[in-house]
Amino acid sequence: MKALVFSRQPAKFAAAMVAGRLRPGGGARVGPLSLRDVDPPALPGPGWVRVRPRLAGICGSDLATIDGTSSRWFEPIVSFPFTPGHEVVGDLDDGTRVAVVPVLSCVTRGFSPACPACAAGRINHCERIAFGDLEPGLQCGFCESTGGGWSTVMVAHESQLVPLPPDLSDEAAVLVEPAACAVHAASRVNNDDIALIGSGTLGLLTIAALRAARPQAVIMATAKYPHQRDLATTLGASAVVAPGELDRTVRARSGTMRLDNGQLGGGIATVVDCVGSASSIAQALRIAAPGGTIHAVGMPGVTTVDLTPLWQREIALQGAYAYERANFDAAVALVAALDLGRLVTGTYPLHGYEQAIAHAAHAGSRGAVKIAFDLRSERERDSI
Amino acid sequence: MPRPGFVLDVDRSTPPILFHHGESLRLERLPAGRSRVLYPGEPLEALDDPDAAIRLALDNPLGDSAPLRALLTPGMKLTICFDDISLPLPPMRRPDVRQRVIEAVLDLAAAAGVDDVHLIAALALHRRMTEAELRHAVGDRVYDAFAPDGLLYNHDAEDPDNLLFIGETKHGEEVEINKRAAESDLIVYVNINLVSMDGGWKSTATGLSSYKSLRHHHNVATMLKSRSFMDRHKSELHSSNWRMGEVLKNSGIKVFQIETTLNNDTFGTSGPMSVLQKREWEWTARDRASFVGMKAGLDRLPVKARRKIFNSWQAPYGITSVQAGEVEAVHEVTTANVFKQQLVEVQGQSDILTMGLPYICPYNVHSIMNPILVMCLGLGYFFNMYRGNPLVREGGVLIMSHPTPWEFHPVHHPSYIDFFEQVLAETTNPVEIEAKYEKQYAEDEWYRHLYRTSHAYHGVHPFYMWYWGSHALSHLGKVIIVGGEARSVRRLGFTPASTLTDALEMAADVVGRDGTITHLHNPPIVMADVI
Repeated sequence: MKALVFSRQPAKFAAAMVAGRLRPGGGARVGPLSLRDVDPPALPGPGWVRVRPRLAGICGSDLATIDGTSSRWFEPIVSFPFTPGHEVVGDLDDGTRVAVVPVLSCVTRGFSPACPACAAGRINHCERIAFGDLEPGLQCGFCESTGGGWSTVMVAHESQLVPLPPDLSDEAAVLVEPAACAVHAASRVNNDDIALIGSGTLGLLTIAALRAARPQAVIMATAKYPHQRDLATTLGASAVVAPGELDRTVRARSGTMRLDNGQLGGGIATVVDCVGSASSIAQALRIAAPGGTIHAVGMPGVTTVDLTPLWQREIALQGAYAYERANFDAAVALVAALDLGRLVTGTYPLHGYEQAIAHAAHAGSRGAVKIAFDLRSERERDSI
Repeated sequence: MPRPGFVLDVDRSTPPILFHHGESLRLERLPAGRSRVLYPGEPLEALDDPDAAIRLALDNPLGDSAPLRALLTPGMKLTICFDDISLPLPPMRRPDVRQRVIEAVLDLAAAAGVDDVHLIAALALHRRMTEAELRHAVGDRVYDAFAPDGLLYNHDAEDPDNLLFIGETKHGEEVEINKRAAESDLIVYVNINLVSMDGGWKSTATGLSSYKSLRHHHNVATMLKSRSFMDRHKSELHSSNWRMGEVLKNSGIKVFQIETTLNNDTFGTSGPMSVLQKREWEWTARDRASFVGMKAGLDRLPVKARRKIFNSWQAPYGITSVQAGEVEAVHEVTTANVFKQQLVEVQGQSDILTMGLPYICPYNVHSIMNPILVMCLGLGYFFNMYRGNPLVREGGVLIMSHPTPWEFHPVHHPSYIDFFEQVLAETTNPVEIEAKYEKQYAEDEWYRHLYRTSHAYHGVHPFYMWYWGSHALSHLGKVIIVGGEARSVRRLGFTPASTLTDALEMAADVVGRDGTITHLHNPPIVMADVI
C-alpha cells in the first residue's frame, strides 16, 4: 500500500532542520519523509480493526516533525518508521465511517488494569504510552505499530473509534480530532476574561469551543490574516486584533497601568496560547495578570523565554494536551453545529505531499486554514 | 485691497491644482468641465496697531458689560484663561496675540491693584502645554512673573479638588468648570477665533470643564444635529454650550470675553512657503521653481525631517479684530469678522468633494498627524467648513489626500493607539463606538494618569475625534484617501487609492462618470456658504 513514511535517518533529519529553518515546510523535500509502498500494518490483536482513511489532516505537530523542530522529548515516545497522520476520518471494513481517537492509551496497549489516569478517563495523561503490546507512540501517526492517516490503511483499536452522524461531511469529520483538543482546552479555562493568541486551525477551533462553553466570556483573539480575522469573529471572538496589538488591547480592556517599557501593571486573567512559539509565550507572559493562567494549547517545543514574570506575578503555565475520550462527543457536536468543514481549505493526494506540506506550512499567508490529504480517490484504497 | 475668495470653474487651460498632502504637496489636474475650485480670500488687512486696538476694545466693551478697568478692584480674585496649543494653526509668530491681550489685561489689573491673579490654559481634555508652548503663548515676561509661583498653569479636568459643579441646564446637562475660575470675582477669557466654531460660551463651558460636563455636547447625537458645527446658529454643539453659559451666568460667574481674529496670512508673502497661498495660474516662474524645489527636497527627506521642517513653521498672521465685553455680543461680532475673511458663496452642491489635508490639525501641534486625526481633519473640520449645505451632496464621495501613516505620537496620543487598534478593528460606527467603549476609555486610570502628569490627550479624546466626523460619515456615500498607507486607510473604514485619477474612477462607481467635483483649496482657511 502507499504510505508516507517518516524514517530514522539522521542525515536527512539534519537536512530537514536546515530546510525547515529556511522555509517552513521545506523539510518535506529533503527530510526523512517519503512516499513508499509498504505492507499494511498488522492487526496488533483482538479488538483491533483496519481503517481506510478518507481524509487525514496536517497538524502543526506534523509540520514540526517534518521540519525537525520537534522537541527531543518525543524521542522515547515515538517509534520509527512511522506513518504520520492523527487527524483521521476513515472507513472500517464493514463500511462504517469513523473518526479516530489517536491517543494510544492503556486499553490499546493491552494493560489491565489501566494506569490511574486512563482509569479516570484521562487518556491524555496515560503513563504507559511507550509500553505494552504496541511499539512506543503517544498517538497513531507517531507509532510504528498502528500506521497513520497519511496512508491508505491504518489500524485502530475499537476503543479509538468514534461513530459519525451520516450527514456530517468528511471535511467536518477530519476536524473532530483537533476540535476535541479545543474542547479539552476550553474545559480547562475557568473564567470569562480571555485573551487567545493565534487564529490558525487550533486557535479558531478553540475560539469556537470557548464560546460554546462560556457564552458570556469576552474573548480577545489575535489574527494575522484577514480570513482568520473573519473566521475568528464568526466563531465567537469578541474582538480580533493583530498580534502586535494584543498587549495594548489587554491594557485598554483591563484599564491597568502601563510602564515605560510597555510592561503592564496588571493584565488579563486567562491567556490561551494556540501558537506555542517563543514569542507567543513571551506575549502571554506579558499580558497575563498577576495570579493569572496561561494555557499552552499550541505545541511549544524548545523555546527560550524569560520566566521572570511567571515568578514575579505568580502566573500559572498550564499545558493543554489532547483530550479525554468524552471530549470527542462534544467535538462532533461542535463541528456539526458550526459547519466547521469549511475550515478545510485545501486537499492533496499522497503523491502531492511536498506541495501539501508547503501549503500547510504557509496556510495563513495563502488564505487557508486546514490542509488535508484526500485518500478517497487513491487507486489502491479499496483493493487492500 | 485683498481679493475675496471665489469659485474657479476648471477648464482645459486651468493649471494643476495644489493639494496639501501631509508633510508633502501634490499638484493634481482636475477634470475640465465638471470641476470647480473653492479658493480662500487673500489675507485681510491687519490692524496697524494691535496693542492699541486691544486697549480700545478693553475700554469699549460690547453688550452689557462695563469696561475692563471698571471691573478690576483691589483685593479681587482675577483669573485669566486663554486658548491652548490647538490655536491658531499653524502657531503664530511671536508675539502671539494671547500675549498681547494678556499683557494689556495685566497692565490694567496692576493699575487697579489686583494682586490675586491666576492664568490658566483652558485646554479641557487636550494635552497639557509644555513650558515652551506656554512661553510662546503668553510671552516670557508673563510666564516668568507667574509660572514660578504656580500662578500660571494648565487646567486639569481630572482634578476633583479643582473642579466645581455649577448646576444643570434645562436639558439636564451638568455644568462643571475649573474651581479657581468659578470662584473668581472675574474670569477674563482670552480667545483666538481661528474658525467660526471657536469662542463664545464654548471658551469657558468647554475649555474649563471636565468630562462630566463635556460629554453632554461632545457626543454623536450632538454632532449629527450640528449642520454644521461651524455655523453657530445651526450647531447643537453651540446650543449646548450656550445653555451651559446661561447656567454660568445665572450662578453669578462673571466672564469678560476677549475674542480676536486673524487673517489668512498662513504662509507669508515671501519665502518658499508663500507659493502655498497663491493661486496656481498666478504662479511666476520663480514660484514654480520654488515649488518644484521645495517638493523635490521634501520628497527626498525622511518623514521625521519633513515633520520637523513643517512643525517649525510659524505663521505671520495679522490680527484683524479684537472684541471684548459680554460673551454673546462679542461673539456675534467676532463671527462676522471670521466670515469676512473666510466665507465664500458657492452655488449648489457637487457629487464629489476633494481636499488636500495638510500636516497639521488642532491636535497634533508639535506632534504626529495620526490616522484618527486625518479622519477628524477631513470629515470633521474640512467637511464642516460650510454654512447652509455641505459642499458635497448626500450620498456623494469625499476624496482626501494624505499619507495617513500608521503612526502615533506615543506621549501625546496613547489612547488613540488603543482606539485605533482595538475599537476601529471592531467597528467604525460612531454610535456603536460611543455606546460600547467611551466610558471605558474615559475612566481608564492609566490614561487619566498620563493626561494629568504627562502631555497626553485625555483617554476619551480619540472618541471625540471620531464623533467629529459622524455627520460626514452619515452623509457620504464613500470616502477615499489618495496616497495613504493602505492598511491605515482600511482600518478607518475608507478606500485607499494611489492617485487622484484612480480615486475619481472609484468615485464614479458611486456618483456616475460625470460626477461634479468641488476642490476645497484649504489652507489658508476657506468656508463655503452653500446656497
